[in-house]
Amino acid sequence: MILPAMTGIILFVMYPIFYLVKLSLYQYNLLNKDKSKFVGLNNFKEIFSRDDFYNALTITVIYTVGVVVLTMALSLLIAVWLSRNTRINAIVQAGIFTPHIISIVSIALVWMWLMEPNYGLFNFVLKTVGLPGLPWLQSSSTSLMSVIIVSVWQNVGYYALIIVAALKSIPPTIYEAAALDNASKFKVFTKITLPLISPQLFFILIIMTIGSFKVFDTVKMMTGGGPNGSTTTLVYYIYEFRTNSIGYASATGVVLMAIIALLTFVYFRLLSQKIHYQ
Amino acid sequence: MASIEFVNVTQAFDKNVIIQDMNLRIEDGKFTVLVGPSGCGKTTLLRMIAGLDRQTSGSVLIDGKDVTSIPPGQRGVAMVFQNYAIYPTMSVRENIEFGLKNNKVPKEERTRLVESISETVGLRPYLDRKPSTLSGGQRQRVALARAMVKKPSVFLMDEPLSNLDAKLRVQMRIELIELHKQLGTTFVYVTHDQVEAMSMADTIVLMNEGRIQQEAAPETIYRQPSNLFAAQFIGVPPMNIGKLGTDGVSFGFRPESGVLSDERTGAHYCVKGTIVTREMLGSETIYQVKTGPHAFMIKCTEDLFTADREVYLSVDSDKLFFFGEDGSRIAPNDRRVDDYLRALRGNVYV
Repeated sequence: MILPAMTGIILFVMYPIFYLVKLSLYQYNLLNKDKSKFVGLNNFKEIFSRDDFYNALTITVIYTVGVVVLTMALSLLIAVWLSRNTRINAIVQAGIFTPHIISIVSIALVWMWLMEPNYGLFNFVLKTVGLPGLPWLQSSSTSLMSVIIVSVWQNVGYYALIIVAALKSIPPTIYEAAALDNASKFKVFTKITLPLISPQLFFILIIMTIGSFKVFDTVKMMTGGGPNGSTTTLVYYIYEFRTNSIGYASATGVVLMAIIALLTFVYFRLLSQKIHYQ
Repeated sequence: MASIEFVNVTQAFDKNVIIQDMNLRIEDGKFTVLVGPSGCGKTTLLRMIAGLDRQTSGSVLIDGKDVTSIPPGQRGVAMVFQNYAIYPTMSVRENIEFGLKNNKVPKEERTRLVESISETVGLRPYLDRKPSTLSGGQRQRVALARAMVKKPSVFLMDEPLSNLDAKLRVQMRIELIELHKQLGTTFVYVTHDQVEAMSMADTIVLMNEGRIQQEAAPETIYRQPSNLFAAQFIGVPPMNIGKLGTDGVSFGFRPESGVLSDERTGAHYCVKGTIVTREMLGSETIYQVKTGPHAFMIKCTEDLFTADREVYLSVDSDKLFFFGEDGSRIAPNDRRVDDYLRALRGNVYV
């Protein structure tokens, strides 16, 4: 009965993973397979001794923290506002969800245009209100921030929608009981609302962390990892080695997989006691 | 301790008027039960006392003070909800403590109160459990304890027993009566179950379609219902009602007032009929007797008859009630009653 599903999983999940691990132990030659040679853990040794790997890792961590924190905070805020049933909210809800259904390629192109330093809309607005314009994607000091902004903008609607659904599933009598218990708005939010939606928040946290660690398309479209490597995330780093050093790229892929697994494990250990499943 | 008063209160949601110009006084320290069919406005009334819904017009007074602009948490009322509304993410202790914490009660005092209350309701061993691990009856007690611990001047209960099984419900009913005796505070209890109302209330407020039908002690409502609705809502089975045929008047009698016999008796109202159904309930048997256009429910303590038998049904004249065309009861000392009694006597179907 489970054979068809298992075939799919083995063929498209298990086999590629094992093959990735195998490749990571080789110095692989694309042109002549016979010249590939087994090098053991040499690729891994190289990874951990190269500065550009640590640079990519740092950038990825900053990107992930930025995107996760900003998206969670914003989507929670928007969700609390949207969970009140008004006619405008239905429209706003549809509106903020739209970015999620648009291809990231189109989004990236539009934002690149908006962020263009000389003719872009953002600098135009900044200058109109008397602030100096920003170089956005053109400078290594602002490029990562710009990419983070675009990712947050794309994600916020989707996650807000998940939180809205969670908020709406809380029975109103619980809030009424809290009102009779003389609870302040702040207390109601921290002691009742947040614990009750904690399973959904935890889910979002994990999904977003994993997603952000694997970010590629936004970087590829908007900056190509630059300027000066300032937006080279781990996956983009791997991509850069796609032709000349497949073994090394595979090894980095394995490391990335390990990091994500470790992070997820740490999340579960640290937070599972604070999550209230009904 | 506090009395509650409604002065010309109207409540409407959008254009849907639930309650129109209601005036009602709920006495201090009494166990008052608001009873009526669903949609009659009893819960709406309760929520206005709690401050969860604001009345459209008029004023709600607690202890003579207009509480319209006072938030629910500061009215000195506590409420037990139908679904208990326990905070699912907090332990039993935290649930009971939450209101006290918000009212800045010091820690030692809090602990003392929580422990003594949990002792009273029998929750002591469960204080550190999560509500999801408790049974329905235990959750009910958490909700009660949470309300009691605040020492409210008014206790509001919205069908608190409707989610319990029949046996537990009877037990909780007795516990609530005892609780009321112990605390001596004002209880306002909403239910659609007239048995609960009869068993617990000092005063029953019977409502229908947003209007008060009768406001009296349980025995008064049972023995002297002020209208057809009260007569048919209170009592199991409800009062038997039949058309008299003159002036649009109806007559009625309680199921236990009817006497079944093989022979014709000298009672004022005596008709021949057929037993259609028989329900043997143990201490009593309920027969459905069909006579002419009517089908009457008769409650007997003895189980003498079988179904499909012809019997005579007799009711004494002092057990008969008459209701005018508008449904309101015609007092027994009214001049017309003699005429109606005479009319009923001739009203015999063979």
